Order: sequence, then C-alpha cells, then structure tokens
Amino acid sequence: MTQGVQVAGVYVHDQDEALAFYVDKLGFRVHTDVRNGDYRWLTVQHPDQPSFQLGLFVPGPPMHDPATAQALRASVAKGAMPPLVLTVDDCRVVCEQMRAKGVEFTQEPVDRYGTVDAGFRDPSGNGWKMIQLRR
Amino acid sequence: MTDDSASQTPELLRRLLRAKDRMDAASHEDWPVQRLARVSHVSEAHFARSFKEAFGVPPHRYLLTRRIERAMAMLRDSDLPITEIAFQTGWRSLGTFGRIFRDITGQKPSELRAQARAGAGPLGSVPACIVSAVHRPDLRTSVLEKRRRPSGGKKNTSTKEVR
Repeated sequence: MTQGVQVAGVYVHDQDEALAFYVDKLGFRVHTDVRNGDYRWLTVQHPDQPSFQLGLFVPGPPMHDPATAQALRASVAKGAMPPLVLTVDDCRVVCEQMRAKGVEFTQEPVDRYGTVDAGFRDPSGNGWKMIQLRR
Repeated sequence: MTDDSASQTPELLRRLLRAKDRMDAASHEDWPVQRLARVSHVSEAHFARSFKEAFGVPPHRYLLTRRIERAMAMLRDSDLPITEIAFQTGWRSLGTFGRIFRDITGQKPSELRAQARAGAGPLGSVPACIVSAVHRPDLRTSVLEKRRRPSGGKKNTSTKEVR
C-alpha cells in the first residue's frame, strides 16, 4: 500500500502573483483552481511529482479572523514561515534558468556536504532551498 | 502604540526582508544604514526603527550574529587560522573579532574550536541553513550590555528565562 502527503500549503500574499511565480518561473502546473465567493482553493503540482500538490493559500476568511490574517501575512512577509525544499537534478543550471526569469535568489549555488544548494524566495517571502539530488 | 509590528504592512516587511536577506548572503560586507535603506526602499531615518520592529533586533546587531555564526561554523568545520576566519567574516582587526566573539559566545575562538572538535556528531541530513540557524548566537542584549554584565557572579545562564 502506498500512502503519503497529498497536499501541503504555503500562505501567499496574492494568489495571482503566486500562481504566476510557481507556474511561469518554477515550472509547476495548476492542479486545482476553484472558487466559492471570495474563497479560492488553489493548488499547483510539480510535473515530476504528480502525487503531491502545493496549496497557495491566502490568510483570511473563513479560516482566520482579521487580526490572525494580518499576523500570518506579516509572518510570511518577514520570511518567518517554515522552510521549503525543492529537489533538482542540477542546481546551477536550474538556478540560471530561474534567474533569467527574474527569480530572486537569496543564496548563490554552493557546494556543500557533497551536493549543491541555492536559496530563493517566492514573491510573498516564503523561503525555498533548492538542493541538487545526490548521485 | 503597544504593538508596533501590527502597523507594519506586508509590503514594507517584504522589503525589509530583502535587506535582511542581503546581509545573510554577504555578512562579511559592510552594511551601513544607507545601503540597507536603499535595498528596502525606505528612508534611512525609518530603516533602523522599522527593521527592529520587524525582526526584534537592530540591523547592526543582527549582522554581528550572522558574522559570529559564520565564524563559529568555520572554526568548527575548517582548519583555517583564526586570523583568516576573522577577515573572511568581515572584521578588519583580529582584536575586535576576538573581543566581540568572546562577548557574544563567552568563549575565545580557540576555545570554541577545541570544544567543537572534542564533542559533536554530524547533523546528517538537516539542511545547512537550519544547522547554521540553530548555531546562531542569541543576541537579545546589545554587545555593550553583555560586556558590562558581571562575568563571575551570576550563575543563571542555564535557567535564564527566555522572553
């Protein structure tokens, strides 16, 4: 039997902005994009990993009262949310491709512990580490 | 105003984060307020105050924690001479480095190196950024305050309340 995590989400400042970033710049594709009034359930998926969806969620109703939503938005913008890790075949190559599309790198690729890693942020402030798959 | 951070917009915080990221990426460089303010697109007068509100420490003190953290990692993981580590982490004089290092960590660089070599197993597959964050010194008080604090008398370090 195979089971695992199907969806995990990040809070973003703006879903359209996040969608453009994850799809156009990182190469994800839209999995689900449905609305109910102001609420929008939006998940993206990496083409190489069809079993997992990354939710791009905005803090706010119906989950959060205004003060909580504001606190969450501030936390995201301060880069205080938990780390995210993206695995790639070749960190330097992907880094160059992403940089050409305007991705904001916070750390250049570095050889470390027998692999290569780099760091970037999404437009909202979520921090990603991009780590090269060990061969 | 009791809660200043509530008045900071996500847009401002995101721009302040850019300045913090830039210091993280190049903590060995000089980061005068005007340079940081430029990164964040805020006035110099506004920058230091906004940064402290957002991240809890003034920008310069934050920079010192990153430098000391890097120095600690290099002492632990490399065989570089301490002078070299001091210059590579952004200090212009070995004396200043040694003094601030001791103020912050309570140890001389050479002591920390010896201790790190004696103990500590590998942290395996924990991402490097997390490892370094875990080892980052906690600077809640200014370096000057720390220096003023009597070194012998108080034995409250282990039970010190964390605010």
